[in-house]
Amino acid sequence: MTASPPQSWRRSATALSLAAPALILMVIFLIGPLVCVILLSLTNYQLGGSTLQLIGLGNYAELAQDPTFQRSLLNTLIYAAIVVPGSVLLGLGAALLIEADSSLRSFYRAVYFLPVMATIIAMAIVWEFMLHPQFGIVNLTLKAIGMQPHDWLHDRTLALFTLCAIGIWQSLGFNMVLFMAGLTSIPSDLYEAAAVDGAHGGLDRFRIVTWPMLGPVTLFVIVITAIRAFQVFDTVAVLTKGGPSKSTEVLLFTMYSEAFSFFRTGYGAAVTVVFLVIVLAFAALKTFFLDRRVHYS
Amino acid sequence: MNDMRIGPVAWVARHIVLMAGGIFMIAPFAMMVLTSFKPQSEILTADFHLLPERWALIQNYSVASQKGSLLRYMLNGLIVTASIFALQVVTSLPAAYALAKLRFRGRDALFGLVLLCLLVPMHATAIPIYILFYKTGILNTYGALIFPFALSVFGIFLMRQFFMTVPDDLIDAARIDGMRDFGIVWRVMLPTAVPALIAFGIFSVIAHWNDYFWPLIAVGDERLFTPPLGVAFFKENGGGTEYGPLMAAATITILPLVAAFLIAQRRFIEGITFSGMKG
Repeated sequence: MTASPPQSWRRSATALSLAAPALILMVIFLIGPLVCVILLSLTNYQLGGSTLQLIGLGNYAELAQDPTFQRSLLNTLIYAAIVVPGSVLLGLGAALLIEADSSLRSFYRAVYFLPVMATIIAMAIVWEFMLHPQFGIVNLTLKAIGMQPHDWLHDRTLALFTLCAIGIWQSLGFNMVLFMAGLTSIPSDLYEAAAVDGAHGGLDRFRIVTWPMLGPVTLFVIVITAIRAFQVFDTVAVLTKGGPSKSTEVLLFTMYSEAFSFFRTGYGAAVTVVFLVIVLAFAALKTFFLDRRVHYS
Repeated sequence: MNDMRIGPVAWVARHIVLMAGGIFMIAPFAMMVLTSFKPQSEILTADFHLLPERWALIQNYSVASQKGSLLRYMLNGLIVTASIFALQVVTSLPAAYALAKLRFRGRDALFGLVLLCLLVPMHATAIPIYILFYKTGILNTYGALIFPFALSVFGIFLMRQFFMTVPDDLIDAARIDGMRDFGIVWRVMLPTAVPALIAFGIFSVIAHWNDYFWPLIAVGDERLFTPPLGVAFFKENGGGTEYGPLMAAATITILPLVAAFLIAQRRFIEGITFSGMKG
């Protein structure tokens, strides 16, 4: 079906007018700011200040020397290295156990999914209360069973790991429902075929059918959990503010402090670019390699 | 997997493990709600009881809603999330329709741009948008909370995928009836897209009701605070050790979404799975 030139011209005009609001907003709020943040990272701009000089890679050179930034990058990597395996494995385990039988299935699903829905700022405050050194339920329980209580959020050897635990608690339900979608899409005749071939135990079934079928979903879940883990901010901002002594400083919090507390905008932009490069690497991996391999009907 | 048979030992083991894990998952919610019923004297004590001996429910919730102006924050949250979703529908649907059903020059380039933008996290654009709003005087308004999210590239992507499955005959029939493309978007495509829109709506509302990062940057005026900002503000301004009212505030903050979830559990999980898979 080929349209005559004036007609196709009219079609294009209609289509563009339909897409115009979206295109304009995309330029104002996504493309434009993205270009700006890269340009800003090459300047010494300070919000409210009057000078704006191009300093080339000066901010990046400073970042490389900045102990706070190094700490922040390292902490973010540690956080991701703990939360990703933790919430993926527990999410997978919960999904397998819940789907293994029908009794109380929807009850368990709701319970494990609840933290995903709940405002993390509010729940972080609840965790802080539960982790109160003297009156918190965690330490009271530890004392009751004869173990050592800790100051979970103010001990610099523990604070980051405490935030990891909260991160896992919050995100495992999300991974669980993604795995459940993967499990229900496995054709049941595969299990029957495996049984004919002599696979009887639950472990056999898992090894021969479930795990290979779940492989692509697992990769997908790992990548999106990593992307989310690199974006950790809320719990840090409301519970530790990067402390004690920078032990919970993470990339987005460093970016926030530099750009919006100290108003070192150019420097904050450079931190943003580092953050963006890491997240984009994972996001590109997902879009170009994984999305094609994960199919749900 | 639905008709898998498990033995009695596995049956018991499954419940034990899931119950133990479930207690860990639910404990913060239980602590929050129970503490919001207790007076301060029963909270700051090493002598722990699950239920309060003296109920301070009314007191805690009224302190939270007066000192914390919680109802104001809830109203702001409602205004912001509803406006964002409405704008996202208005801006994304026509674009998604054009990308899915119309042939025009630059369509592939436009879709490429959408895919590219999908990769960008909201945090990356915060500094330039802040400067833009600062220069134009939009900071500290409802607009500052709403405008950056007026378009969802994820919404375009999701709705385009959905529109691709709508048969062309439906559109051709509407054209024969004399309908223009603009009318087709709202009177033919929108009604077919309700399930996808609900999934997208759940995703959008959860994301923006719970968002802390952008509101923290965009508004400093307490009257514009959304629930997460409000509860954090209440904690940092005198409410930090008044655990009863603080837990009441936390309970009220999460209540609308949790209640909606418990009522429409299946819908929520499907919506989140659906958008999680595509996003």
